[in-house]
Amino acid sequence: MTDKTMTEKTMPLWEVFIRSRTGLSHRHCGSLHAPDAEMALQAARDVYTRRGEGLSIWVVPSSAITASDPQDKDALFEPTASKIYRHPTFYEVPEEVGHM
Amino acid sequence: MYAQALNVAEKAHADDPELRARFQARVDAEEKIEPNDWMPEGYRRTLVRQISQHAHSEIVGMLPEGNWITRAPSLKRKAALLAKVQDEGGHGLYLYSAAETLGVSREELVGQLLTGKAKYSSIFNYPTPSWADMGMIGWLVDGAAIMNQIPLCRCSYGPYARAMIRICKEESFHQRQGYEIVMTLAKGSPAQKKMAQDSLNRWWWPALMMFGPSDKDSQHSDQNMAWKIKRFSNDDLRQKFIDATVPQGHFLGLTFPDPDLRFNEATGHWEHGPIDWSEFNRVVRGEGPCNRERLKARQKAHDEGAWVREAALAHAEKRAARKAAAKIAAE
Amino acid sequence: METPLFTYTLRLADNALVLGHRLSEWCGHGPMLEEDLALANMALDLIGQARNLYTHAGAIEGKGRSEDDLAYLRDCPDWRNILLVERPRGDFAFTILRQFLYAAFMHPYFERLAASKDETLAAIAAKSVKEMAYHLRHSAEWVIRLGDGTGESAARLKEALEDLWPFTGEMFEVDAVERALIEAGIAVDPAAIRPAWDATIDHVFGEALLARPRDGWMQTGGRRGEHSEHLGHLLTDLQFLQRTYPGATW
Repeated sequence: MTDKTMTEKTMPLWEVFIRSRTGLSHRHCGSLHAPDAEMALQAARDVYTRRGEGLSIWVVPSSAITASDPQDKDALFEPTASKIYRHPTFYEVPEEVGHM
Repeated sequence: MYAQALNVAEKAHADDPELRARFQARVDAEEKIEPNDWMPEGYRRTLVRQISQHAHSEIVGMLPEGNWITRAPSLKRKAALLAKVQDEGGHGLYLYSAAETLGVSREELVGQLLTGKAKYSSIFNYPTPSWADMGMIGWLVDGAAIMNQIPLCRCSYGPYARAMIRICKEESFHQRQGYEIVMTLAKGSPAQKKMAQDSLNRWWWPALMMFGPSDKDSQHSDQNMAWKIKRFSNDDLRQKFIDATVPQGHFLGLTFPDPDLRFNEATGHWEHGPIDWSEFNRVVRGEGPCNRERLKARQKAHDEGAWVREAALAHAEKRAARKAAAKIAAE
Repeated sequence: METPLFTYTLRLADNALVLGHRLSEWCGHGPMLEEDLALANMALDLIGQARNLYTHAGAIEGKGRSEDDLAYLRDCPDWRNILLVERPRGDFAFTILRQFLYAAFMHPYFERLAASKDETLAAIAAKSVKEMAYHLRHSAEWVIRLGDGTGESAARLKEALEDLWPFTGEMFEVDAVERALIEAGIAVDPAAIRPAWDATIDHVFGEALLARPRDGWMQTGGRRGEHSEHLGHLLTDLQFLQRTYPGATW
């Protein structure tokens, strides 16, 4: 058997995204193995929505995802930290004006 | 999605002290380590071993309880047991996925289980000859597992922590399901009470052994604590389990098979007699009642499923080829 | 004396429980982890259907029998399931093809039963029809993959079809018990299911490169309590604790 186990072709890996009842956007919830997209979709339903977690499923081949490099973290994400004028608290509105 | 080439490139600097220090600082600051982040080789190896052992335990753990699905004594119990064993399969799946983010495939991991290279929790090498064992596994084995798993929700490795959060959420019904079975038996006929007591006698010590050797004998503890893969010592978790469980058993009128078990008023803890670690080591070594049987059952399912997996892959290839041909024809 | 409605409800319940039981035998032994979970989901759907139907049957009978009394305390001759569902689980091709044949029939059946004049049956059917839609989709996709997969999978599927086809006729049987209920708008006339069944079978078999057998001689008996050798063994497992410890609460 060991030979067979070792030489077995790998079943493609899929990432699963589920939109819950709360109306939020699809959220990554895990991964699974399936031979093709239809079976991946069904497996996602059987594996990740057993407790009524979802109303919509996306499955994406893991190999199709391009991820940012952790080493680029500073270059990608640091520069926004100083742009405080993008946040509403940067601006002063007199209290008498009320909520804005 | 995470197991990308980046990881391989970084292995070259595995021992870079500066990277190591930066890594440790992140762990100390309770930041999560994510798959493509730099990590010491030992951290990666430890995680692959621990997560895959955990996954194997879930999968092998389906067998002793699966033994009673067709014989559950009521339709309600049957549905609950089937759902619970199914959950264990799901948990194994989440954990294999978490391990895969570290660059090993599920096929490889399953291969390690089937060749005996990887271990799984020894508790599943004990048999389930009676229905009471379904209660006892839920109450004691899942109870002990939860003690271990709750701290893992805060494990430094992100994918493992996230898998554990999902698992702990789903497992909350498992222990209650088990306790309810034991309670029903304990309140039932003399034969049912005996069934429950006999089962407790068989599972109590193996359940205590689930927390692993005493801290003074455990090889991996210190480093794993520093890496925040482990947050409490084996002995602390075991004590916590005993303190929680003993009163639950006494409430049902059951007796624990430990003549030395007594409550220490001063410490507020239940003290237990010596654990027979020679039994533990023997079962880990392969000399437990069901070791061979469990592995053979997994092997059989794997072998009998091979043609199904092959067929599914072959069909996917055919379909892709047809699609490509149709596209060419259309152009 | 069983009333026709009691017998009819029991037939539906027994089909669901026996098939659910067979599917549950796969738990922990599936061909891949994802499919292990899928089979358990289908088993849980069927066990759930059976529980609702038994409870309704008990109420119709009016002798205070619970779902468990009906499931655990009847011997073979009192079981009303079709023979198809009691066949041992076989290999994955057998299991998934049986699921397909059953779902291809029960999905349109429940669609119609949802309009039954018996409100409880209608409600159970309305819930079950969604479950059967998924069973049909899942099993059909597998039948296609096995039929048009490898040489081995195609051969196994063909073998399973030869084993199973003679058990499909019983789904379409109507006896006097059911005829009266059909006329009263309570039961479904299986003849009305035939076009949907034919269309599903032909379409999926076409994709699966599977030749549809001729509707020749068909097995019969289960609905009247005349069972194969296999049901007794299934009941031995199912009823073991209830029989060994009579009257106990679990």
